[in-house]
Amino acid sequence: MNPLLEMRAVTKEFPGVKALDGVTFDLREGEFHALVGENGAGKSTLMKILSGIYPVGTYGGEIVINGEKREFQNIREAEAAGIAIIFQELSLVKELTVSENIFLGREPSRFGVINWAELYRKSAEMLKELHLPINPRTPVGNLGIGQQQLVEIAKALSQNARILVLDEPTAALTETEVETLFEILRKLKTRGVGMIYISHKLDEVFAMSDRITVLRDGKTVGTHATQDLNNEKVISLMVGREVGDIFPKTEHEFGEIALEVKNLDAYDLDNPNKKTVDNISFNVRKGEVLGIAGLMGAGRSELLMAIFGAWFGKTSGETFIEGKKVSINTPSDAIKNGVGFVTEDRKRFGLILEQTILDNMTLAGLKQVSGEFLTHRSRETVAAKAAANSLRVKASSILTVAGTLSGGNQQKVVLGKWLLTKPKILFLDEPTRGIDVGAKQEIYAEINKLAKEGLAIVMVSSELPEVLGLSDRILVLHEGKLTGEFSKTEATPEKVMAAATGYQ
Amino acid sequence: MNEIKEIKENGFKLQTSSLRAYTMIGALILIWLFFHWQTGGIFLSYRNLSNLMLQTSVTGILAVGMLMVIVSGNIDLSVGSVLGLAGGVSAVLLTSWGYGLAPAILAAIAVAVAIGLFHGVLVAYLNIPAFIVTLGGLLAWRGAIKGISQSETIPITDGTFKSIGQNYVAPQIGWILAAIGIAAVLFLAFRKARTQKEYGLGDANLTRILAEALLPIGAIVVFIFVMNSYAGVPIPVLIFLVIALVGFFITNNTTFGRYLYAIGGNSDAARLSGINNKVNIVKVFALMGALTGIAALIFTARVGSASPDAGVLKELDAIAACVIGGASLMGGRGTVFGACLGALIMSSLDNGMSLLNVRDFMQELIKGTILVAAVAVDMFGRKDL
Repeated sequence: MNPLLEMRAVTKEFPGVKALDGVTFDLREGEFHALVGENGAGKSTLMKILSGIYPVGTYGGEIVINGEKREFQNIREAEAAGIAIIFQELSLVKELTVSENIFLGREPSRFGVINWAELYRKSAEMLKELHLPINPRTPVGNLGIGQQQLVEIAKALSQNARILVLDEPTAALTETEVETLFEILRKLKTRGVGMIYISHKLDEVFAMSDRITVLRDGKTVGTHATQDLNNEKVISLMVGREVGDIFPKTEHEFGEIALEVKNLDAYDLDNPNKKTVDNISFNVRKGEVLGIAGLMGAGRSELLMAIFGAWFGKTSGETFIEGKKVSINTPSDAIKNGVGFVTEDRKRFGLILEQTILDNMTLAGLKQVSGEFLTHRSRETVAAKAAANSLRVKASSILTVAGTLSGGNQQKVVLGKWLLTKPKILFLDEPTRGIDVGAKQEIYAEINKLAKEGLAIVMVSSELPEVLGLSDRILVLHEGKLTGEFSKTEATPEKVMAAATGYQ
Repeated sequence: MNEIKEIKENGFKLQTSSLRAYTMIGALILIWLFFHWQTGGIFLSYRNLSNLMLQTSVTGILAVGMLMVIVSGNIDLSVGSVLGLAGGVSAVLLTSWGYGLAPAILAAIAVAVAIGLFHGVLVAYLNIPAFIVTLGGLLAWRGAIKGISQSETIPITDGTFKSIGQNYVAPQIGWILAAIGIAAVLFLAFRKARTQKEYGLGDANLTRILAEALLPIGAIVVFIFVMNSYAGVPIPVLIFLVIALVGFFITNNTTFGRYLYAIGGNSDAARLSGINNKVNIVKVFALMGALTGIAALIFTARVGSASPDAGVLKELDAIAACVIGGASLMGGRGTVFGACLGALIMSSLDNGMSLLNVRDFMQELIKGTILVAAVAVDMFGRKDL
């Protein structure tokens, strides 16, 4: 019997990076096949190829469905072939009703006039079949995240999906919602739907899957029947790689405690009952680099945002800076207390792309550099120039527009912006994401230099080698909770990954 | 290892903003020459230039405030109605209730500032889009004027009040102001050179300083000469120039101004950089209110009465001036200088076409076309980013 799906020798290159290198993957009818790997191992890229987001011609290798070679030009063609993908970020229109969403773009209609009775009848039928207690006329925005996820699945099935890809479907769900989801997935299995399940949560993977495929650095490490594996084996397959030597070994001397956080909670914005940061306490000393590891959605950025006074949802907990209790409600409070925050996603949160290096660099520390009310162009120019040169920003002038710089140089501008606020504590969120190796090394050197100068550094990174290579101590988060703490000498990729997947 | 170039404080590339300014000045000169030729030499006469500046002043003042609102990523559609209301308030106080000059002036400005604050709070703290808040304002405050004036035009008899809009500064005082202006230009040029030297950013070369100061000094002399050749600088024009300078200073030399550009450019990045976006948005709406109040006084004084439809469509003139001047309605981009030039271009079109007896409907068609064409040229020249 042919497998439902086969992907053979799939290769995908981005400029300068080989994201997938000869990946082989197959899926049987009614099978629950888990796809695991570190952040950046190539799971999402593989699924984007399968679902037609990367059209044929942009990748190497072939896709075979039911023994037939298929070439998808776009998502629609993949959908027509029975492939449905459910992304982490839901792609539902919140203002439309459940039914409208399920049939979006395929409304039963005649000459462009929608047959509403038919639309609601069909979707009600479909929801009933899945035993979903959801009113088809409810706007999706009124549903909880868990139910929205189920609507998304109903939508996929309404398109007669035979292959269902679920990318971290439980990331935003509570435990009961996860149970409901799993029940439905089991039902789908009996109907012969093949499921590819991407998850960082190994307990879920072991509870649900028939087989597990591990990807690492764009290559298939292996596909095994779930009963032949255990947590340790999966983790060692995931991380089995040497930590490179691009990390300068430096000894940091620690001073007194710079920042201490006690019992910090932060609540999800969309799902106010869910804690994205759950009772976290930690401290960091002057001169120390504290790494925070964890998988996507573990609450790492949220933790930093909450301490920094930038989290939109509810938070609670206590923050002490140099032993004194402080109340930080806004980023401005944080800056006044000597906290700097190199945020993730520099284009969205870090830079004003159409402004110059100069204007970007002096933005956060404007009042320190210039004055309370008036700006002082010369002083700003001198400060920004000095920062740009010491960080080796490559640009012809500090009046170069930030949006025209390369990723690495943009990141240096964001770093420079925060150094100009003269912080005592510096948060770094994914400081090297999407930048080339040369710029990475320069940023690593800078981090070490700053620690030597006595800054307390808290660094979130999804790159395990980076966390292991730079940190003096590592905290690991899993689903908002602290699941591990390791000193530099204790930390191994396996231990960190085990804690990050919630496996003790 | 690559050799790292030392970053200079200034590159060789001509800044796009100054390029845009030159283009606009060029366009203005072309428009002027065209009208001068077509009107048989009337357009650039002293009398008409004085008149043209007078016509620019109200729109210009509103455009300065609007520019800052637009830079912050917002919009204020209510300024025409607020202008009418503030003018109406001053007229009611003066004529119907017999109050003196000072209370009438203060009340007009206070009403406009209060409305600006109110709009700002609704936008910043209740997250209602500025478009909606001020569209509501446009309707509601127009209703308020009709309410307080019982839909009738209130005449103003107070001569001092009317002089705000109708009088001219005596020629001698004009020259004194010119002297003060020239002294200020020189002082600022030398001070800039001195600080730059102090911070090691440039050599304070005397010829260069004087060369740079030459253009503004020449402009001041020509301007006062032209105005004095007719009747002196009109008081509304003087007020407009002072406000334009203040606006220029706010946008270029204050932290508040920088924050407006940051909020409009990327509000998330601004917030995470410690900027209190909400407070700054309230401030910019209040400032818009204050300028609307001043514009209302000039407008009412010039006409000599407060009519229930005073200021109708003024908000659109102000927005058009900003846009012609290179401001982006997405926020983050625009200059006070550009907005003032935009206002001057708009009133030049009005003035020139009236002199040529272009019929009303054609005037509107042409102005609309020029507005869209100006932005089209701008977008075409920008390519990406």
